[in-house]
Amino acid sequence: MQFRLEKRPEPSRLMLYGTPVAAVVLTMFIGAIIFSLIGYDGIGAVREIFFTPLTNAFKWQDLGVKAAPLIIIGVGLSIAYRANVWNIGAEGQYIMGGLGGWWTLPAMMIAGVAGGAAYAAIPALLRTRLNVNEILTSLMLTYASVQLIYYLVRAPWKDPMGMGFPQTRRFASEALLPNIIPGTIVHAGVPIAIIVALVAWFIMTRSVFGYQMRVVGAAPHAARYGGFSENKTIWLALLVSGGLAGLAGMLEVAGPFQRMVPGFPTNYGFTAIIVAFLGRLNPLGVIFAGIVMAITFVGGEIAQTTIGLSNSATGVFQAMMLFFLLAGDILVRYRVRRVTPQVEARA
Amino acid sequence: MSLELTIAIIVTVVGASTPILIAALGELVVEKSGVLNLGVEGMMLVGAITGFVVAFTTGNHYLAILLAAAAGVATSMIFGFLTLSLSANQTATGLALTIFGTGFSALAGQGYSARPVTLLGPLFPAELATHPIWRVLFGYSALVYFSLAMVFAVWWFLKKSRAGLILRAVGENDLSAHSIGYSVIGVRYAAVAFGGAMAGIAGACFPLLLTPQWAERMTAGRGWIAVALVVFASWKPFRLLAGAYLFGLVMTMELYAKASGGPLSAIPAELWSAMPYLATVVVLVLISIRRDASTNAPACLGRPFLPSN
Amino acid sequence: MPNRLELSGITKQFPGVLANDNVSFAVKPGEIHALLGENGAGKSTLVKMIYGIMQPDSGEIRWNGEPVVVPNPKAARRLGIGMVFQHFSLFEALTVLENIALGMDAKIPSRELEARIREVMQTYGLALDPHRTVATLSVGERQRIEIVRALLLNPQLLIMDEPTSVLTPQEVEQLFTVLRQLASEGCSILYISHKLHEIKALCDTATILRGGKLVDTCDPKEETSRSMAEKMIGTGLKDIVKPAGRSFGEPKLVVNRLLTHRTGHFDVPVTDVSFTVRAGEILGIAGVAGNGQNALLDALSGEIRSEDREAITIDGKAIGHMDTTERRRHGLCAVPEERNGHAAVADFSLSDNSVLTARDRLGMVVMGLINSGAARTYTGKVIADFAVKALGPAATAGSLSGGNLQKYIMGREILQKPTVLVVSQPTWGVDAGAAAAIHQALVDLAAAGSAIVVISQDLDELRTLSDTLAVINMGRLSESRPVAEFSVDEIGLLMGGVHGAEAAA
Repeated sequence: MQFRLEKRPEPSRLMLYGTPVAAVVLTMFIGAIIFSLIGYDGIGAVREIFFTPLTNAFKWQDLGVKAAPLIIIGVGLSIAYRANVWNIGAEGQYIMGGLGGWWTLPAMMIAGVAGGAAYAAIPALLRTRLNVNEILTSLMLTYASVQLIYYLVRAPWKDPMGMGFPQTRRFASEALLPNIIPGTIVHAGVPIAIIVALVAWFIMTRSVFGYQMRVVGAAPHAARYGGFSENKTIWLALLVSGGLAGLAGMLEVAGPFQRMVPGFPTNYGFTAIIVAFLGRLNPLGVIFAGIVMAITFVGGEIAQTTIGLSNSATGVFQAMMLFFLLAGDILVRYRVRRVTPQVEARA
Repeated sequence: MSLELTIAIIVTVVGASTPILIAALGELVVEKSGVLNLGVEGMMLVGAITGFVVAFTTGNHYLAILLAAAAGVATSMIFGFLTLSLSANQTATGLALTIFGTGFSALAGQGYSARPVTLLGPLFPAELATHPIWRVLFGYSALVYFSLAMVFAVWWFLKKSRAGLILRAVGENDLSAHSIGYSVIGVRYAAVAFGGAMAGIAGACFPLLLTPQWAERMTAGRGWIAVALVVFASWKPFRLLAGAYLFGLVMTMELYAKASGGPLSAIPAELWSAMPYLATVVVLVLISIRRDASTNAPACLGRPFLPSN
Repeated sequence: MPNRLELSGITKQFPGVLANDNVSFAVKPGEIHALLGENGAGKSTLVKMIYGIMQPDSGEIRWNGEPVVVPNPKAARRLGIGMVFQHFSLFEALTVLENIALGMDAKIPSRELEARIREVMQTYGLALDPHRTVATLSVGERQRIEIVRALLLNPQLLIMDEPTSVLTPQEVEQLFTVLRQLASEGCSILYISHKLHEIKALCDTATILRGGKLVDTCDPKEETSRSMAEKMIGTGLKDIVKPAGRSFGEPKLVVNRLLTHRTGHFDVPVTDVSFTVRAGEILGIAGVAGNGQNALLDALSGEIRSEDREAITIDGKAIGHMDTTERRRHGLCAVPEERNGHAAVADFSLSDNSVLTARDRLGMVVMGLINSGAARTYTGKVIADFAVKALGPAATAGSLSGGNLQKYIMGREILQKPTVLVVSQPTWGVDAGAAAAIHQALVDLAAAGSAIVVISQDLDELRTLSDTLAVINMGRLSESRPVAEFSVDEIGLLMGGVHGAEAAA
């Protein structure tokens, strides 16, 4: 029994919105099976990682706090990826935003955006002037920025009262992010994330800017014909995604961390890549995907304590979701048809 | 600088360069066939943990390398199936592969941290291998000689063999190759598998050649540097050799700057650690300025194969 | 003596279209047999089945009297069938020798292969250096590689798919000489084309397809071009309606010493191009592909900007420095050659495609936001006025057939009522009905006072549409003269230009 792929006349909307959901569900099933096969408690793992975070009101706060940076960065990446600008260095831009300042909140937010955007300007310059691939440059800069943190907390910015630990001073209260819901850890970053996503959705669907991003990504030659400059678009894509990543970094520093430590890079910048894809490069979808990813993070920590499953399992589940999503992508444009075998070949 | 120190530097550089060279050679063949596999880092980590575990449990290094290669191939097939049979976006799939490899290797490596293995010993007999002068040529393990042999092998394959010609054709113009009757997907699967095997072996270099233990993410971005190297070398194997050794030099400099005690030792350790990555950016910029490097890229690089019927 | 090739009842179905419907005909040994039909008639599909790229759903193929199945191109070559495709299967970065080696099934050591290649080239007068990189060769030379490759197999049947669409008239004659020599040696030739005058000059028999069915098998030397055209197209040929006794108005588009710079390795820039188009006039620019047409279109549309502001003026206003959006605001619209990915975005809806070029001229943008209602309304009008077969403004451009998409694109630009319209290959790959509609729309637009430039490789189209004609060759434009003053030979020579000189040498 053979199958053939046949192009659909129109992309299937059912598949477009259904594949991310199916990817998550499939990951749960297949993940449980595979983990069981290699000796772990497969069903337990899936339960702790995907479901337990939702049952506990305390954990919901954690979800919000973890989802916020993922959503903010993910929205930025979804805009850039739409334009076919592959910013892989969001983690580095996030770090640079986090290093932006420690004065008062409003200034810090601006510094955060500026820091992230400035760091993203480097790959933008190299791509537009010299046609250097932005994937490699943005990624290399990420590794470099991690080293920068290590240096800063070890030497110039070290807290003199920190008992020798590599970390900066704790931020003054003007520099701390307020908690939106008193008595919880849900900080202002959470509603900011939702607002960012909604604004981005509106801009991407209704504005000329959004149209420009989409058309440059879909057909660069047509975009030129339509009067959109590819170079300007690359700059905008990197500055916007870098700036948003920087904003997320600053919110994390002023919120959960309240100082700079070597452990600051928590891979949000990389996870946000998965968030962007899982959300189908749509800011509203990114909200959904950011929450799903946050669930897996929180769940991963839970699983570590309750069933002794290493944290790294979370990374495996996240990668599986992306695999299933990418695998399902083809169903958006093609349908599967059964093929009747042809007349036997003889020649 | 004394002869002894020079030789010590050369030996260290060779060791540091070898995994990058092996991984980059694999990726060069993959890209020549028109496929961009960014999952090299992930495949290397899978190879590293596999090589480590096999060497740790059996003590047989050659078996460890073989199985590391096999693990690399298996991992690469995830990428291959998604991008070649399902026409998924190559950039996204490669990234997913890296994230997967990082997580999988960390998971599989649980409980193995700080457990030692023995390094793979030199290939040549001790008199030559440990000789203060001759060890520059004969003091290396089989993996090093393997990497050098592979440079020649890949060059000969691409330039002189018919199979290599077909592979280059597939990378230049997949639709034409298809209409002549070659299996574009089949050739690309083979290339991806080769890249996976090489990445697996390259990953195994880390626990078996460099630091005799397992640590999460021990490849530290070398896989990405290998990808950059392929561009730097304009997809030519001998230039790749030069580039890999250049990077090995950069990575080794930190140790010798400290040892020499001169002005270089004042540079903060973190800057040295960042050096290879910054050097990659510089190198990419230089080749873009110097010549129109992009015209040497296989014309179909990164584009999915979509026959019209 | 059995027929070299015989097809009986060949049928092939694709989703939504019956490409070949019970087709039967035969080719004799040493015969030059034409396969004639419009785009979409089923010629390519039929030939792909003969060459083993596809399998027929039903029917029988006989080779030298024996029934055969051709499962793949390798098997076809083993039988002795060679094929020269319309779009060359060549690898730009590789040499002539490497390209030919790739096309061979047997592994022949390269020295021996080179010797055999030189022998074939000698026998048939096809000159080429085996060690040159394909990227450096002209189109005519590239076709020679394809022919040599096919001839190395000592074929008994050689299939030529639209071989002359990229050749100058002189190169066409050279090709015909080679084909006649082959036929005289007993090789059959299946010659696919829609160029009636060539078929009359070259072929012994012609099989005509229309809409997947066989219409007739006839002798082209006995038929007239008109009778064969009618069999190809079906309905009686309609003549384009041009109002008689028109006069032209003020100069609308003045191009003065326009030049562009070489951007890649393989493109041809334009040099010192000057012409004037008046209101109501259609200027045709003829030329074989690859002579600077793309550069010219890009320079006029604004994708390439000029250093000299005055190089292009509309209604006296200098626009040479403006980008595409600015030029549209000043009344210049353009339609590039490539539908998919350039003139339109396949993944976008027709409505979104309208936003691409019409947003400024037709007020679809308000304070940075797109008025999607206005876009939809305009798209609806284009669809209705140009009879575009689409499900509506929300249909994706990729879901339209080639002809319908081209009608939409032309309509999108024409209904913006531009002062100047520049189009390239307006009816390439488009069925006859849609082509006629597009031609009529262009003529009507001119009659309303616009100045139109039509860049095309199709001389018939240009002679139908144009009032004045110029020829582009290697980036230079000849003087433009009223179309009636040109003869076919003259145009051919101007198109050939340098090629013509080489051929004579």
